[in-house]
Amino acid sequence: MNALPTNNNLADTLLKIASWASGIFIVLFFGYLLFDITVNGFSRIDFSFFYESPVNAGRQGGIAPMLISTLLILILCLCISLPIGIASAIYLAEYTNEKQWFSRFIRRCLNIISGVPSIVMGLFGYAFFVIALKLGFSLLSGALTLAAMVLPLLIRSIEDSLRAIPQSYRLNAHALGLSQWRMIFQILLPMASQGILLAVILSIGRAMAETAALLYTSGYVMRTPDSIMDSGRSLSVHIFDLSMNVPGGEPSAYASALTLIVLLLIINTITAYISRIIKNRSIK
Amino acid sequence: MKVTSKPAHLKSVPDDYHAAPGTHQLPTHISIENLSLKIDTQIIFDKLSLPIYENRINTLIGPSGCGKSSLLNCITRLSDYNNSSLEGKIILDNNDLLHKKTDLIKLRRKVGMIFQKPVPFPMSIRKNFALPLKEHGVRNTYDIEQKMENALRAVGLWKEISNRIDTRADKLSGGQQQRLCIARVLALEPKAILMDEPCSSLDPMATAIVEELIVGLKEKYTIFLVTHNLAQAKRIADFVAFMWYHDGHGRLIEHNHADVIFEKPSNPITAAYVQGLTE
Repeated sequence: MNALPTNNNLADTLLKIASWASGIFIVLFFGYLLFDITVNGFSRIDFSFFYESPVNAGRQGGIAPMLISTLLILILCLCISLPIGIASAIYLAEYTNEKQWFSRFIRRCLNIISGVPSIVMGLFGYAFFVIALKLGFSLLSGALTLAAMVLPLLIRSIEDSLRAIPQSYRLNAHALGLSQWRMIFQILLPMASQGILLAVILSIGRAMAETAALLYTSGYVMRTPDSIMDSGRSLSVHIFDLSMNVPGGEPSAYASALTLIVLLLIINTITAYISRIIKNRSIK
Repeated sequence: MKVTSKPAHLKSVPDDYHAAPGTHQLPTHISIENLSLKIDTQIIFDKLSLPIYENRINTLIGPSGCGKSSLLNCITRLSDYNNSSLEGKIILDNNDLLHKKTDLIKLRRKVGMIFQKPVPFPMSIRKNFALPLKEHGVRNTYDIEQKMENALRAVGLWKEISNRIDTRADKLSGGQQQRLCIARVLALEPKAILMDEPCSSLDPMATAIVEELIVGLKEKYTIFLVTHNLAQAKRIADFVAFMWYHDGHGRLIEHNHADVIFEKPSNPITAAYVQGLTE
């Protein structure tokens, strides 16, 4: 009798085909996106595209002011959201358990915030940061709004990566008489650094892609900002404006989109590099 | 006495247990007195008393789930972290450890703890020592170096790993990791070391090395070892306490010299349990 179980039953084969197919689909989709943007945008890009100001509503000229605005908004957004995100995640993962009403309440709030459409977040940012706090249309208003948008993502993924650390590390740290502070900052956070890195990369992606929330808060003035209190146009808003409101702006829109994607890749690589340095330092 | 209400085969469980006869004259290092532990609403053990003798290997044996590890956790107050309530006393150096004002960091320096599974922190061997030592006020790099070397020598690990002190501790073998964890505790110069089945995740060779190490440690330290490996208890224990799951919670059945427990235990449950060893 050959009753030995084999791997070739129908369900296994189907599962294999399905998972391969979805993997290939994702690669093809991303490949097409990149191909389309590159083909349509690359010819518009030359070196001066990156350091010149836009001319004729962006049809000619470069994108230097938008690059500066985008990077400023991004840096501000991370400077605001990362400390709050890490601190909240530490609170949720290390000082409360999932059953306590207050931590459940915080989680519910975060879930709701992450479900709010970005246009609504933009209106909130406009009403709160621009009007109520009198920050005006400024990069700071935009960064604060974006920070509020990425916080749920940051907090949840950092909390998850802290919770994924086996309890035995905490027990050992306590048993050696380590203070909570030392345990969190020297053992747990370095161990969670990969998760934190992933959260940061996702947040950067979300912040760089955001358009609607920035229209109401940072504005869409095309000049180079002098300070974080100035209004400024981010790359995503620029792409939106070129493709929707500027007839003949498509080549510039494609070129800006290509720049945005490449910028995202560069920033992610740098982030990964920085986190590796931090991790190595925590090991020695 | 509610002896009559007990099932026939458990009639000999003492209702109120105290120190083993004939051992009172030994200096007691840690004295557990009428200790009751509740986690959430479940009683883990009730009114348990047990002396832990100085510079002896005190072992605690019994089936899984009878509260052995929980008892260890009470002594270093690790029980604080899982919603537990404690009653009774644990006396160390004339202080009740369960007192609210007990300095937990100092307590955990005095009483070290080794766990079932070695958990070196995912960082260099050196930093595994530096981190707790710094917490306990040793800041000088030279002092840290010295204490680390002494501790590693004491567990016989120095020769094996002295050339890779700056490599990651979690890349060592299982047996080396457990000895590293013991060394990490020794570096803090504790007086007593609690061990929660320290060999259960090790292979026989590594177990033999760690057992030998434990026997050597009793000259300087009081050892309180939880094990469900009877052969191990028989090999290295000076005193054996036997716990059994009874009436819905853990009970201390018998406590005596190791040879008495293994050769002629006074309680039939103990006898039945330790005979599992020979059968």
